[in-house]
Amino acid sequence: MFIINCPYCGERDQTEFSSGGEAHIVRPKQPTELSDDEWAEFLFMRKNIKGIQFERWNHSHGCRKWFNVVRDTSNDKIHAVYKMGEKPPVNK
Amino acid sequence: MSQELRINNNKFIDQTTRLSFKFNGEKLYGYKGDTLASALLANNIHLVGRSFKYHRPRGIMTCGSEEPNAIVQIGNDPSLTDPNVRATEIELYEGLEAFSQNCWPNVKFDIGGINNLLSPLLPAGFYYKTFMWPASFWEKYEFFIRHSAGLGKSPTKPDPDIYDHKYYHCDVLVVGGGISGIMAAKLSAENNNETLLLDDKNILGGATIYQNNDCFQIDGTHTNYWLEKEIKNIKNIKNLTIKTRTSLAAYHGYNYLLAKENLTDHLSLDERKGKIRQRLWKIRAKKVIIATGSIERPLIFNNNDRPGIMLSSAIKKFIDFYGVKAGKEITLFTNNDSAYETAISLKKSGVNIVSIIDIRDKSSSKIVKEVEKHNIKIYWKHTIVNTEGYRRISFIEIMKLSDDGSGVIGKKIKLKTDCLGISGGWTPMVHLFTQSGGKLKFRSDDNVFLPDKNKTPSDQISIGSCNGDFDIKDIILNSNKDVKTFLGIENSSFDNLKVESSKEEMKRNIWLLPSDKPIGKTKPFLDFQNDSTAKDVKLALREGFKSIEHVKRYTTTGMGTDQGKLSNMHALGIIAETTGTNMGELGTTTFRPPYTPLTFGAIVGRNVGEFFDHTRKTAMHNWHVQNKAKFENVGQWKRAWYYPKDGETMFEAVQRESKAARESVGILDASTLGKIDIQGTDASEFLNRVYTNAWSKLAIGKCRYGLMLNEDGMVYDDGVTTRLGENHYIMTTTTGGAANVLTKLEDYLQTEWPELDVYLTTVTDHFSTISICGPNSKKILSKVIPDLDLSDEKFPHMSFKNSIINGIKCRVMRISFTGEHSYEINIQSNYAKHVWELCMDAGKNYNITPYGTETMHLLRAEKGFIITGQDTDGTMTPSDLQMDWIIGKKKFDFIGKRSLYRSDTIRDDRKQLVGLLTDDPKEILEEGAQIVEKLNQKPVEMLGHVTSSYFSPNLNKSIALAVMKSGKKLKGKKFFVPMENKNINVTVTDTVFFDKENKRLNA
Ligand SMILES: [Zn+2]
Repeated sequence: MFIINCPYCGERDQTEFSSGGEAHIVRPKQPTELSDDEWAEFLFMRKNIKGIQFERWNHSHGCRKWFNVVRDTSNDKIHAVYKMGEKPPVNK
Repeated sequence: MSQELRINNNKFIDQTTRLSFKFNGEKLYGYKGDTLASALLANNIHLVGRSFKYHRPRGIMTCGSEEPNAIVQIGNDPSLTDPNVRATEIELYEGLEAFSQNCWPNVKFDIGGINNLLSPLLPAGFYYKTFMWPASFWEKYEFFIRHSAGLGKSPTKPDPDIYDHKYYHCDVLVVGGGISGIMAAKLSAENNNETLLLDDKNILGGATIYQNNDCFQIDGTHTNYWLEKEIKNIKNIKNLTIKTRTSLAAYHGYNYLLAKENLTDHLSLDERKGKIRQRLWKIRAKKVIIATGSIERPLIFNNNDRPGIMLSSAIKKFIDFYGVKAGKEITLFTNNDSAYETAISLKKSGVNIVSIIDIRDKSSSKIVKEVEKHNIKIYWKHTIVNTEGYRRISFIEIMKLSDDGSGVIGKKIKLKTDCLGISGGWTPMVHLFTQSGGKLKFRSDDNVFLPDKNKTPSDQISIGSCNGDFDIKDIILNSNKDVKTFLGIENSSFDNLKVESSKEEMKRNIWLLPSDKPIGKTKPFLDFQNDSTAKDVKLALREGFKSIEHVKRYTTTGMGTDQGKLSNMHALGIIAETTGTNMGELGTTTFRPPYTPLTFGAIVGRNVGEFFDHTRKTAMHNWHVQNKAKFENVGQWKRAWYYPKDGETMFEAVQRESKAARESVGILDASTLGKIDIQGTDASEFLNRVYTNAWSKLAIGKCRYGLMLNEDGMVYDDGVTTRLGENHYIMTTTTGGAANVLTKLEDYLQTEWPELDVYLTTVTDHFSTISICGPNSKKILSKVIPDLDLSDEKFPHMSFKNSIINGIKCRVMRISFTGEHSYEINIQSNYAKHVWELCMDAGKNYNITPYGTETMHLLRAEKGFIITGQDTDGTMTPSDLQMDWIIGKKKFDFIGKRSLYRSDTIRDDRKQLVGLLTDDPKEILEEGAQIVEKLNQKPVEMLGHVTSSYFSPNLNKSIALAVMKSGKKLKGKKFFVPMENKNINVTVTDTVFFDKENKRLNA
């Protein structure tokens, strides 16, 4: 059970948060212009990495803000936490 | 009763407090300070249980949590009895009652012992091989296995004890109160660290606290005296919290640890009353110091499992700590120096030592020389080839070992003994380190797995013998040095200690000791609880098992309640030897938490009964209770389901309620519907994007039904949203979907559309909702709110008015989920019950009928309105539901729009919502029942299933909604719903059964 440093509240127990899957998947601005395949890429395709993964987390039992986390899925080590819309502070 | 096996000058046992207890019905005595195990041994009882598979007699083997045999059932009260308790851990109390497990009819005569005679027929994997086939016999096999095997009995009544949870944060957590743990706790606390020290025993000091031997001294005094003084001192350090009887159960990531504190298990039943039994500590520590020590290894030789065969270190603790002689004629068998410490302890207490059998060629260390002074016969380079004695060891047979250790030579010598101490070296307790994610390294000098400092996942160190230091000099020196570095301490009071010890010169290790008999004729036990032998492991390897995890499961080695703490290493050693692999490469099996079993009570804590889950009740809940409502759970909500009158069945009540709502007036508590307050200059645009239909042109004061999709185009939630002002809406969601809808909306606002000026607030609990429906609803409302103009012109269907009832502000919507003329009053929850009662009062002369969720479902089904989650299941598009009218095709975008014309969502053979009528109007379909076209087809093709089904009192016939493949094209076609005893004939119809023209909305 890890500790997440919420960019708005500070360090809190993992039980206060919910995971929202892979980060930096941008919803297409004009979905109607996309082919089925392109839309499916956005809709369904997600990575499941062993190692460094960029993910979305929500402080659901706290400030309810969404933000991004860089986590090593092999040992749960969190390398960075940053707000929505910000560039990752480590290389993606 | 005299206790001739008890010595009298012992400071850990209070011989002035005699405690009586019962073991298998026999009344016995012990003293305060005893464990059940030490008290039994003092009464000369070794035989305490039977092994799992062969039902061989087994005795107390250890003095701690690694005990595989002395597992007992405590008490026989159906709510308090405690199974699988280690006799070596439970402290004796007045009136304790314990029973042997896994033996029938009793421990001395056991029917299952027949398995022992059959043991040549019960090799590794026997159960897998034999009972697998034929499958139809399994029930018979299961009966046989269950009857003759099995450990303790679960309590059959609810647990009346109180359990607690405690959250704890500290700078440094020290696990283990042996000598290195005490040193670490002192250094840590003295240097301004908030420190927590845990130990699972009732007395601190580990094995050193009773180590009273001239060979081991600190600053000129015996190690036990030195440590005693240190323990006295640390109790006064302010920053230090000490918890004894507290065992560390699990070590998770980020230094999150769970520990179980035993508060009353050592007290008599009377003294326990009203007290908390156990407390689960949930600890976050900045730094962790593991000082969990090590446990002694047994030796693996033929018939090494008889009662009276114990770990040498256990015999030492029983004599030095508990003052109990484990036997009168004790023999020791060893491959290292530690058995010699036991020999000295026994000699001091006047116990006769038959001899020491040592597999090494020779040792001339200080402690061995000390033993030789006592004229004890030592058989160097010898091994035990067999033991005798069924319920207690009586003889051993020894032979000389060949030089390479693979065989025995010379003449067999037979020795009489009533207790055998065995010592195969030491295994560091690295469980916690590996649980935390740490990786182990192998030290081949003495065959131990140790924490790899370079592969440590969190801020922690291991010190003392769990880190591979077994000599007291190394323990003190390295613990001091490592703790100083770890905590950044410059000077320590332990820097200049003078330590004396006996240095071990040589070790010899043979994982499986040879016998004069071939291995097939011997029983060298590895796992004493599960009866797996070295032979079984070799067989598994011959049969092709290679992975240690597979060998473990196939032979059940290490799978008992003791998790193989004693002999997993031997199993690994034998595998490595047989397969010619290096043990370090082989690795260990996974160590899983908990280290020792946790009670369910401790895990659950106070979250039992009403506290198990949150219950949400509406403001009118007590009214429903008083009016005899039956309730149903909807998520965490308790919703009134129906209100039976005068012995009505559910069916009768629902029929009555449904009729009343259409004929006069019904009243429903709809407070559980989710309510989200939406404000901001972009609120309309936001709704446009989250609902499928258009919202920009909705006038202030108007309501609109909306359908919300997932991005994959599937229906997610629905509800009516009202425009309260230019930039202000109130959205309703389904009861179950409320929290998820809010989360989803927040997600889009924060991540996809942060530019929108929109604010969301959940107000589900702030407002209660009273729904009044039926042709007389207008009359009720005009009585309750006389000032409100209810004319169709001023207050048409799908509109809203602010109003005041008895000075209480409220919002009234004219919306309908039943197809009747109806209103919803939204009012602050504190006043809701009052207003509900006003409505009931106003409706007296109109037979106003409260109705529950079941009637609500029936009424909406008559109208063909869907319930998301009942008629939909996350695979239905709006078009599948025949709701194409709600898609804003001209809208640029909304959540899920693009998915509505994916190749899969435009297939016309998707399952689609239809109405179903049974040919026999009295026949009611079962929800979930399958629909087929041809009965004789194999396999029969299932075209869909029933999603909602009721008997409609207003139509006087059964009606149903269903989803069917290509349903839209099937109107008028006939199908079957096959049931267990009959096939029901049905016809596909329109989904709207009642008032197709919607005339009643304005009636
Ligand atoms: Zn936060």
